[in-house]
Amino acid sequence: MATLEQIEPGDIAQEDGVRRRDFLNVAAVSFAGVGAAAVVVPLVTQMNPSADVLAQASTEVDISAIQPGQAIKTVFRKQPLFVRHLTPKEIAEADAVPASSLRDPQSLEDRTKPGKTQWLITMGVCTHLGCVPLGAGEGENRGEFGGYFCPCHGSHYDTAARIRKGPAPKNLVVPDYVFRSDTVVEVGAKA
Amino acid sequence: MSFPWAKQYAPTNPVMKWVDDRLPLPRLVYNAVGAGYPVPRNLNYFWNFGVLAGVALTIQIVTGIVLAMHYAANAGVAFDSVEHIMRDVNSGWLLRYAHANGASFFFIVVYIHIFRGLYFGSYKAPREMVWLLGLVIFLLMMATAFMGYVLPWGQMSFWGAQVITGLFSAIPLVGETIHTWLLGGFAPDNAALNRFFSLHYLLPFVIAGVIVLHIWALHIPGSSNPTGVEVKDEQDTVPFHPYYTAKDGFGVAIFMTLFAIMLFFAPNALGHPDNYIPANPLSTPAHIVPEWYFWPFYAILRAFTVDFILPAKLWGVLAMFAAILLLFFLPWIDKSPVRSATYRPLYKKFFWVLVIDVLILGYCGGAPAEEPFVMLSQIASIYYFAHFLIVLPFVASIERTLPLPASITEAVLAKHGTTVSDADGTAAAAPAE
Repeated sequence: MATLEQIEPGDIAQEDGVRRRDFLNVAAVSFAGVGAAAVVVPLVTQMNPSADVLAQASTEVDISAIQPGQAIKTVFRKQPLFVRHLTPKEIAEADAVPASSLRDPQSLEDRTKPGKTQWLITMGVCTHLGCVPLGAGEGENRGEFGGYFCPCHGSHYDTAARIRKGPAPKNLVVPDYVFRSDTVVEVGAKA
Repeated sequence: MSFPWAKQYAPTNPVMKWVDDRLPLPRLVYNAVGAGYPVPRNLNYFWNFGVLAGVALTIQIVTGIVLAMHYAANAGVAFDSVEHIMRDVNSGWLLRYAHANGASFFFIVVYIHIFRGLYFGSYKAPREMVWLLGLVIFLLMMATAFMGYVLPWGQMSFWGAQVITGLFSAIPLVGETIHTWLLGGFAPDNAALNRFFSLHYLLPFVIAGVIVLHIWALHIPGSSNPTGVEVKDEQDTVPFHPYYTAKDGFGVAIFMTLFAIMLFFAPNALGHPDNYIPANPLSTPAHIVPEWYFWPFYAILRAFTVDFILPAKLWGVLAMFAAILLLFFLPWIDKSPVRSATYRPLYKKFFWVLVIDVLILGYCGGAPAEEPFVMLSQIASIYYFAHFLIVLPFVASIERTLPLPASITEAVLAKHGTTVSDADGTAAAAPAE
């Protein structure tokens, strides 16, 4: 312990005015601070999707039984996925609208695979607040534009599942997918 | 921290004296909610609601801890474990209904408590910190209630979680990442349910901690009162115990009676039948609504239907959060030096307009998203913000307030047709208590 008479070496200022004790304080606190920050990383990342959740990242869908005009609802990453076989009339309706006039400008070609424009594959999750839109099931309300209709807050999607009316900001999301054959699609896989 | 005439703790019981000398906990309680806390003598029944909120939190913690002994936070069995509580666990139905309705009663009490503060200007200097901490408690309550409602894993639980966590995806650039991080997946599932349970168990104790700060901050200047005039001397106050313990006790009895009526005769009146259907990620209920206590904010969220620079969805989310964050600035927005609306004729009118406005918002928030409710909630949302940002500063600058009583005692005696000098005369003539 320092008394009034004694001066510890650390109290003596160096030539640049920085005491040895100042340096030790800054070094110790910085080191502890970096350590504390490093501990926060696992505490935060533990909340991200775990390996088993990510392992369900791709799903194969057999589309052979879907007739033109029909749609099926299946599951991809624990969320609903719509696979819709468009009729020529629905394709024509979607193509008749200039993409630039839309809230989220995309053409049907942008949203389907080349040569497979009749297969519209989208997430069944409304881009507003995440409800499942109606329209994939037989006899469900397809909204004013013949695509999908979200009953929660009244968003209408057209036959290319593009937002046309209501509060949703974006078109229904088109996930990554690859045609493994003419009748099997792997959703979640990148080409 | 208290008035100089506050009674000092002087235990006569040797055990209490022994404890107090070593750990002055009895003294702390005595000074906080005992005879050692002098309180204005004129508090009306609206001052019961702070204590009632404490009672409601206690009910929630006690019933919640025992429910957690039977509940399983796993998406596969959560719904069944709740039904197990309802059907098989001894008195399980009573505990669960008490917990579910207790949440509603907690919010009723807290909303009245908040509006009491707005009417009597309790948020003004020197009690700003009391108000700010109260708002923190309110935010924590909303988070806790939301996560609690997810736990039964019924349809409303699931879709409520989907919609509310979906709010975060509206944040530009990082929204989706935050959304996935909050849920621990791409949609509400086991990971989300588990962490909601963990936090739902934790937050009530955080609330209890902030309540301690809330009361601590309150006891620095002491309680406000219906006149808004500060305490001047000893005759303006009475000791908290027995005067207000008795008055609060009466309030608690009324509260418990109403709670029991709800619990035993209409336990599901405030719930949604859809939540008795197990969660189904592939089918949205036709009409998703949050619990009633979120309706005013839900109405503000849905009031934005047009993109204007930012997407409508982001506006809705910003407005909903702003509606609460705005209240944090209230002590500095309302510049009127007079606290109580009793002496603010113009403010009093606008206060009631705000009450009606919030009721309209609440009604619209519970109604389907169609006309005329969309239009109504748009108008009511505009008024809500205008009330705080335009009306309050304007009223404060032009209002001619009524003359304030010289003291709390004068105000009390004027009600009974006497004056301070008369009272002094009678007090001197009559033997003291």
